[in-house]
Amino acid sequence: MHPFRYVAAGSIDEAVAVLREHGARARPLAGGTDILAQLRAGRFELDALVDVKGVPEASALRLGRDGLDIGAAVPCYRIYEDPDVSAAYPGIVDAASLIGGIQIQSRATIGGNLCNAAPSADSIGPLIVHAAAVTLAGPAGTRTVPVDSFCTAPGRTVLGEDELAVSIHVPRPPARFGAAYERFIPRNEMDIAVVGVACAVVLDRSGERIESARIALASVGPTPIVAAKAAASLVGGPPSADAFRAAGEVAADEASPIDDMRGTIGHRRDLVRVLTRRTLERAVQRASGGTASGNTGRGTR
Amino acid sequence: MTSKTGSKKSESKKTGAERKFRVVGTRPIRHDGWDKVLGRAVFGADIKLPGLVHGAVLRSPYAHARIVKIDLSKAEAAPGVLAVMTGADMPIAASKVLDLGEEVTNAVFASDRVMARTKAVYKGHPVAAVAAVDHNVALEALRLIEVSYEVLPHVVTIEQAMAPGAPLVHDDLVGSDIGERVEHTNVADHIRYEVGDPEAAFAEAATIVELECRVSRAHQGYIEPQNATALWHQDGKLTVWTSTQGSFSQRNSLSSVLMMPASSIKVVPMEIGGGFGGKIGIYLEPLAAILSRKCGHPVKLVMERRDVFDATGPGPGGIIRVKMGVDAHGVITAATADIRYGAGAYPGASINPAAVCVFACYRVPNARIDAYDVVINLSKTAAYRAPGSPQASFATETVVDEICRRIGMDPAEFRLLNATRGGDRRTDGPTFPRIGNVETVEAIRGSAHYRAKLGRASSPTKKRGRGMASGYWQGIGNKSTVTINVNNDGVVSLIEGSADIGGTRTSIAMQAAEILGIAAEDVHPAVVDTDSIGYTDLTAGSRTTYATGAAAIQAAEQVVEEMKKRAALVWETDEANVRFADGVFTNGAAKNQHLTFKELCGKLDTTGGHVSTTGVVNIRGSGGGSFATHLVDVEVDTDTGKVEILRYTAAQDAGKAVHPAYVEGQMEGGAVQGIGWALNEEYVVGDDGVMQNATFLDYRMPTSLDVPMIDTIIVEVPNERHPFGVRGIGETCIVPPMPAISNALRDALGVRLTELPMKPGRIMAALQAQAGP
Ligand SMILES: Cc1cc2nc3c(=O)[nH]c(=O)nc-3n(C[C@H](O)[C@H](O)[C@H](O)COP(=O)(O)OP(=O)(O)OC[C@H]3O[C@@H](n4cnc5c(N)ncnc54)[C@H](O)[C@@H]3O)c2cc1C
Repeated sequence: MHPFRYVAAGSIDEAVAVLREHGARARPLAGGTDILAQLRAGRFELDALVDVKGVPEASALRLGRDGLDIGAAVPCYRIYEDPDVSAAYPGIVDAASLIGGIQIQSRATIGGNLCNAAPSADSIGPLIVHAAAVTLAGPAGTRTVPVDSFCTAPGRTVLGEDELAVSIHVPRPPARFGAAYERFIPRNEMDIAVVGVACAVVLDRSGERIESARIALASVGPTPIVAAKAAASLVGGPPSADAFRAAGEVAADEASPIDDMRGTIGHRRDLVRVLTRRTLERAVQRASGGTASGNTGRGTR
Repeated sequence: MTSKTGSKKSESKKTGAERKFRVVGTRPIRHDGWDKVLGRAVFGADIKLPGLVHGAVLRSPYAHARIVKIDLSKAEAAPGVLAVMTGADMPIAASKVLDLGEEVTNAVFASDRVMARTKAVYKGHPVAAVAAVDHNVALEALRLIEVSYEVLPHVVTIEQAMAPGAPLVHDDLVGSDIGERVEHTNVADHIRYEVGDPEAAFAEAATIVELECRVSRAHQGYIEPQNATALWHQDGKLTVWTSTQGSFSQRNSLSSVLMMPASSIKVVPMEIGGGFGGKIGIYLEPLAAILSRKCGHPVKLVMERRDVFDATGPGPGGIIRVKMGVDAHGVITAATADIRYGAGAYPGASINPAAVCVFACYRVPNARIDAYDVVINLSKTAAYRAPGSPQASFATETVVDEICRRIGMDPAEFRLLNATRGGDRRTDGPTFPRIGNVETVEAIRGSAHYRAKLGRASSPTKKRGRGMASGYWQGIGNKSTVTINVNNDGVVSLIEGSADIGGTRTSIAMQAAEILGIAAEDVHPAVVDTDSIGYTDLTAGSRTTYATGAAAIQAAEQVVEEMKKRAALVWETDEANVRFADGVFTNGAAKNQHLTFKELCGKLDTTGGHVSTTGVVNIRGSGGGSFATHLVDVEVDTDTGKVEILRYTAAQDAGKAVHPAYVEGQMEGGAVQGIGWALNEEYVVGDDGVMQNATFLDYRMPTSLDVPMIDTIIVEVPNERHPFGVRGIGETCIVPPMPAISNALRDALGVRLTELPMKPGRIMAALQAQAGP
């Protein structure tokens, strides 16, 4: 392995300075569960790794009136172990509690999952349906990018060479909001999503009508896909099995999967149909009270 | 036929006359347990030696490529680099068959596999290696080696390799077509077994079923990657520390590949982190040896997981067509098999054992078996648990299940009607001695699982099914040596050459303890190097507890004989008067003269000195082999194709279970590996001939969350060829799971899956084909 410098940055400025110095040959390090494995496998080589876990803004998890701020270096377990966060952000908790296993979750971050930009990343769809935006810092200061326009290609994002993600803002969900994320893997753990579907719905006061909906798909395109037509097909209609099935059909058309070692095009489209239906059912269930809590625990896969 | 009842987890079914045992059949804690649990056991990668340096191997990125030129100059000049080697440094091995017990190869191929000379014939084929002051320097030096390749067209499937005009893996391979010499071919061997007149019998059969099955190559998936450390001594001798299933077979291979006398090589077997047949051949050892010779230091090489998948031997994939006919009563009258295995880049897929096992569970009066050993541009396959049997048996057992469905016969009844018994002819020729085939079927039929209802599926989109399958592995006997040194304190040291990959230290120590009448804990087993014990064949072929156990029994019996003489001296009586039973020596000619084994040990120094004995065995054959029958319940999500294993019961004949927990462990482990092979494990090879899923993330072995507790029923039909009736049991257990699961899926879904793995996408495709367009 090519020798590299390790810098534990204590501030945003320090981190940005190191990134600037090395350009494309430096990268931020959060939990390291992606980047260390990639370095060891020889996917690329670096001259410097900038550990951002010591950057205060990146390590904060804050639930405020305007929403939730997830520091880019906050490991998954801190999210699902917080009962208030769990109650308000069910879709994100679904993802945080199924990335890897317990050991991985104690290191892996949502920020790293997002910046790694794998088409199969489990947290990006949930962030999208929760309307999240990420704050980036660079030499010119900070800027905020909606998560649904953050990824540009497999492993590529809008991040500049000398930028880092500081935190992810997730707005406070409105009343009668529910979200869910489910993925399909052939095994029961330690696997990569063959397909993942995240859904969020807001019901009207009566609970009989869908006021708004968002659907995002993982592993069926080069970046997470926002299934806007499928979501639109639900708006104004009842949260019924027929509507969910129809939305699943539309979502399957919006997907653009490929054949690879993890699944075929045909199987992936089938799975989009099924998972769209299933996650819509869960999201609506959560939106209508009863089991609105997102804290489904680690049993949800 | 009587039905047995009351089966439960690890119930033991005793059959036949039994000797009364004191130690055998109990469950002592394994001798190496503490060190393994506390991380103190020393594995190959843990080795530290004075002056140790580290190596790395440059491997071909292509499945098939001529090596035009290798420029080492930059690597050799790099600071910290101590030695660089290529195929030109390898001696030219003489053609010689290397029979490694479960693996047969030629020294020329074994040598070429270790490092390419003129062309790379599989992705990951070593082309050069470096030794350097540390691992990173070695890795960086690899990048300085310039290799120019001429990429050649490759063949990675059996169809590609057998197609007319196919690119040749080896230009000079001479194949054999039922004894006829064939040149310019990728079919290294075609063998045939024939008995009776299958065509005539098929013409008369009431029902005939024929299926063509496809099986992916599957890796053993041992946790510990291959590793080797070598020191080429100044006097021309060589010491190799390695993770191997057989230190002596390893020494033989090294002797043939390095062209040096076996007696000049000492192989030190380290603790081994799993083998399952994959750690029989040599890979890194000759490279470490040559690098050591060049740089004068001990050199350590350790594979990365990617290399393990790319460049070591998984079990072969294959295409197997089986046709079977039965008469109006369901009695098998004829069967044929066409078995084609992809050997990898060198000949030697386990086609002969495949032919032995394919119909071994059934009486087949008219049979023909054709088997083909086909070379392809993937790493040479190796033994993998019952090598050759699972792939072929997958076809047989699914065909049997289809016949049962066609004729409406219960699969257990069909097996009991057709099962081979002692005295029957195995299709490939030999006559079975006493075997436990019928008994395993009866054990399953009598199990609680068999009688339990399947129950309703957990949701409307899910369906449940149940499947049964049987399997066989013949096993081997061969050579083993055990030395016993009796200590004055009553504890004996047991010195052996059998690598311990499944608890055999303990199962062999227990057999000695049984004879000596002492506790298993009072036998201290040690696995030693090739200079320190007599020749011992490898730990494979289900032979170790059986054959090395027999050597231990022999050594222990010699101890007893010698100790009787000592007792006679103590009691000043005739040796013939001394009796030994249950660990106590008794003077038959006097009243109340007893000495326990331990007490007599304290008197050895005054009666002639220490006692040391050696048992040497060379046993022909295994005594009939081990049969198994498995039963599985599955639940399939028809929306996604995902399969859950709900319940699993394995029954197997152990002859006599020396340490029942280890027998159960083998049965469970084999079932779990089989579940992996059945559902998700496969080599996904791209058009470029490169395996795409060479990580444990994407080579989907089951995790603990993917399998239920495996229920086991140990059947004990004594092996006539072992003093305690022991049979080797480590391998048969991987044979039934794949067909049992296919049969269960057939039951659940009404579709027949004939291709492994039966992964979710394949199940969905089968369901959609069934539903029609
Ligand atoms: C055994 C195992 C199982 C896994 N299972 C899953 C799974 O089920 N689902 C899934 O989606 N993933 C899985 N992963 C992948 C990985 O764990 C996740 O993507 C994880 O969320 C990455 O977070 P991290 O903090 O470890 O990222 P790191 O490895 O630290 O970083 C990942 C990438 O993001 C960049 N980065 C990190 N922080 C920042 C920042 N603040 N600003 C800019 N760039 C940054 C890094 O430079 C790097 O390119 C698994 C990994 C392993 C090893």
